[in-house]
Amino acid sequence: MKEKPCSNLQKLLVNGEFVVTAECGPPRGMLKEAVTAKGELLKGYVDAINVTDNQTAIVRMSSLAACVHLLEMGLEPVMQMVTRDRNRIALQSDLLGAYSLGIRNLLCLSGDHQSFGSQPDALNVFDIDSIQLLSMVETMRDTGRDMSGYELSHAPRMFAGAAANPFADPFEYRVIRLAKKIAAGAGFIQTQSIYNLPRFKEWMRLAREQGLTEEAYILGGITPLKSAGMAGYMAARVAGMDIPDEIIKRMRGVPKEKAGEEGMQICLETIEELKNTPGVSGVHIMAIESENLVAPIVKAAGLYPRPAAE
Amino acid sequence: MIVAEQKKISEIIEMVSPYRKVLVLGCGTCVKTCFAGGEDEVAVLASLLRLAFEKQGNSKEISEFTIERQCEDEFIQEAAEAIGRNEAVLSLACGAGVQDIARRFKNVPVLPGVNTTFVGVMEDRGLFTEECLCCGDCRLGQYGAVCVLTRCAKKLSNGPCGGSRNGKCEVNPETDCAWQLVIDRMRELGQLDSLREYIPPRDWRTSNAGGPRKLFREDMVA
Repeated sequence: MKEKPCSNLQKLLVNGEFVVTAECGPPRGMLKEAVTAKGELLKGYVDAINVTDNQTAIVRMSSLAACVHLLEMGLEPVMQMVTRDRNRIALQSDLLGAYSLGIRNLLCLSGDHQSFGSQPDALNVFDIDSIQLLSMVETMRDTGRDMSGYELSHAPRMFAGAAANPFADPFEYRVIRLAKKIAAGAGFIQTQSIYNLPRFKEWMRLAREQGLTEEAYILGGITPLKSAGMAGYMAARVAGMDIPDEIIKRMRGVPKEKAGEEGMQICLETIEELKNTPGVSGVHIMAIESENLVAPIVKAAGLYPRPAAE
Repeated sequence: MIVAEQKKISEIIEMVSPYRKVLVLGCGTCVKTCFAGGEDEVAVLASLLRLAFEKQGNSKEISEFTIERQCEDEFIQEAAEAIGRNEAVLSLACGAGVQDIARRFKNVPVLPGVNTTFVGVMEDRGLFTEECLCCGDCRLGQYGAVCVLTRCAKKLSNGPCGGSRNGKCEVNPETDCAWQLVIDRMRELGQLDSLREYIPPRDWRTSNAGGPRKLFREDMVA
């Protein structure tokens, strides 16, 4: 974390800014405009845009291509890379290609299992796991060598990140896994959407106790709830999601047309708590197919304007 | 053991229909233990085939024979005579057995009567579970004797994914999360701390990724 920052996102974090990133899912199609329209909604309100890699195992425009469309708009992308679809040869090759196109942030994931997607009959790869991918990115950055030990002409200096789910089981292993990700090379961590604040805070306390917040920047995950139905669905059906009953009750307790406002209110309360939680360095807003909600959240949370990018 | 499951009767009927004399050949080891291809299954399947073809007005001779193992020459030879009397063999052995029979009887078509599914155990009465991918580089010692390569849907080497919930796998809520099992067991063994260690990428050359494997035991050569 002490060397020259790889990206603007890293630079802001090093400077101690409370950063804001948002998620952008590429389209199920090839229209560049589908990406740039999302970029327009986010421009000026976030420090970096995280572009998913065939999330939920559904075929979409590649993360790499969508990242380039955002770069052309002057936005900073975080490219997601999953180990589900590519072996180590393809992962290294795509990393080099991404770097050559100007991508400087990489989020390393194992990826949603293909059985959740539209092509459950596909073969998965999982040659390496997300922690081994982090180690690969770190090795290439710090030694300028690929996984075979071959010395590359230049070292691709990527700011590597990882995901963490404080709400998954077994809880006692969650911080060990976070430590492993950071030791393997994660400079920033994006968490699963936070609704269960007590559990998140306990996880943060353990992370601080082990000095992990000194070694990596933790961005709290935020997803605005739009309806009681969405809250119920996510609680019951989305893997790794923890939505306490109080939150579902709050969403159900308001008339349908007010549910969006209530969801927004929950978001803002969560962000406020995160700002005051030691070791939290920013928020990552995952407004799935509702990128228009990001600007109002950022403004209402007092996080606008964003610091100027270089 | 190698666990297999008998193919659908309709698929079997279609496969054997070109032949007038068919030998249903059982295997008395793994597939017998998992109730897919032992003597009893051979008898039931042969009767079903006779009935089915009779109903079609199709005269066929279906005979039965079971040997101890279809993957060992000593036992295969016991079936030579029965195989010689037939136009085709419907083998109820695993894929290895089917191929070993075919290798020795060049003029007889050998057809698979089962789908070979996995290397596993009978965890409970009637419940078979996959335990081993035969990766060729066993790490069970590192993981409290739970194979994460086989039993984690994402083959994760360094800990559970974010989809582990109440001890179950996100991919199938009826399947235990392999990592939960590893962690529980390592805790009981007082070795939980060893799971902090980074496990580097595997060398897949020992697995089937390196092409079909061979094991040559020089000490066994006379």
